Amino acid sequence: MSRRLLPSGDAALLVECDSLDEVLALHDALAAEPPAGLVELVPAARTILVAVDPDRLPLESAATWVRRIPAEAAARRSGHVAEEVTVDVVYDGDDLASAAALLGVSTEALVARHQAVEWRVAFIGFAPGFGYLVSDDWPFEVPRLDAPRPRVPSGAVALAGAFAGVYPRQSPGGWRLIGRTDAPLWDPAAASPALFAPGRRVRFRDSGRS
Amino acid sequence: MSRLTVEAPGALALVEDLGRPGLAHLGVARSGALDRAALALANRLVGNPDGAAGLEILMGGFHARFDEETWVAVTGAWGRVTLAGRPLAPYTAGRAVAGAVLEIGPAERGARYLLAVRGGVDEPAELGSRSRDTLSAIGPAPLATGRVLEIGAAPAASVPLLDREAAFPPPTGAVTLSLLPGPRTDWFTDAARTALFDATWRFSEQADRVGARLVGPALERRVAGELASEATVPGSIQVAGDGRPTILLADRPVTGGYPVIAIVAPASLDAVAQLRPGQEVRFRHA
Repeated sequence: MSRRLLPSGDAALLVECDSLDEVLALHDALAAEPPAGLVELVPAARTILVAVDPDRLPLESAATWVRRIPAEAAARRSGHVAEEVTVDVVYDGDDLASAAALLGVSTEALVARHQAVEWRVAFIGFAPGFGYLVSDDWPFEVPRLDAPRPRVPSGAVALAGAFAGVYPRQSPGGWRLIGRTDAPLWDPAAASPALFAPGRRVRFRDSGRS
Repeated sequence: MSRLTVEAPGALALVEDLGRPGLAHLGVARSGALDRAALALANRLVGNPDGAAGLEILMGGFHARFDEETWVAVTGAWGRVTLAGRPLAPYTAGRAVAGAVLEIGPAERGARYLLAVRGGVDEPAELGSRSRDTLSAIGPAPLATGRVLEIGAAPAASVPLLDREAAFPPPTGAVTLSLLPGPRTDWFTDAARTALFDATWRFSEQADRVGARLVGPALERRVAGELASEATVPGSIQVAGDGRPTILLADRPVTGGYPVIAIVAPASLDAVAQLRPGQEVRFRHA
């Protein structure tokens, strides 16, 4: 396992990992002991951004902190079990049939698998509260649409690549839509504004409605 | 409580403070005033803490009426500013009597005025900040005619006696910006890295609070593959597939999939807020 530290201006560095699994593990280890002066810890697909207040935490000290996390600690997921949220879904997305056909399975099998696996929020990107969900037990790679939709409705449950996600509000988007939910994905007034905060575990459940 | 009423917002007038750091992992950018030094200075001129919420006014054309006596200061862009019909010099504090109208004329230099009112603009904070994030639609809505804004209680600090600090108008000619190393410098050819610093760039019309495109030579990549989305910082210069650079600003998406060749140093980032379309830009190493 390798960990490369890349410069990102004078108040941040980008830690590059070999895989998303390694990002998740290292993020857990880093988040468990944040030093004073840490401003942002932003996981992404292969990297973690570490942004500091340079008056309180010199960048060099932040680099030492990142390097000091032993490989073994980062290699195993941290012991604490994150909160699990259950999201009720109506599986009637416009792309459900085409996504299943592209994967060579029935729509019933795709829906069943989507609910059977435990998802984990790897990181947030694209928009406030838009979580990229991964699962060790999810076998599919779903191609994005050739042309993104100009308008994806709020609450659309979607797939792209190895990820699952839910659109927190209406926006353009190129993921394949398999359903919809009323779950409150993004609430700026809440103590925890994003339902899908990084690290959280997620299960999808067929709401039975249509 | 004292209030101001917007009589004309101009092209775009927004409530901004110094933003909401620490939420990028939830997909929320820092946002905040693009010219942070100008906001801090305007606030200091009226005795406010540096981070009190003020107004960021794009290119002028802004009129507002105050219902009670208050102090105001305008920094950033330069143009004709009057208070109750009398000129108000840039970077000075002026006392608005009850009923006085502040008129901020078209910007002659620079692009963004920063208006501070003593006590600060007291809009409800969202996620810990009163800043409008134009991309994510977080924070107070853009100001419209007739909008009434509450003004906070006067701070303990008095209005400074010597209110004029060294004030330089935003430059109209070529501007040189300092660059720090970016995470993906090595994704570009040697020629591209040289061209970044040798070329004279032009600030384009495609510029807002999210990002600003630069016109100049195409920056060629050495690594052809796709970059997995990664977090960016304000000032990141990302290069799209066509080789054209964009400076990412306060309201940028917090992650992006284009490689970042370099990062505009924080001190130079304030200058970017004051650039006008067509203006020349050069880069030097910080």
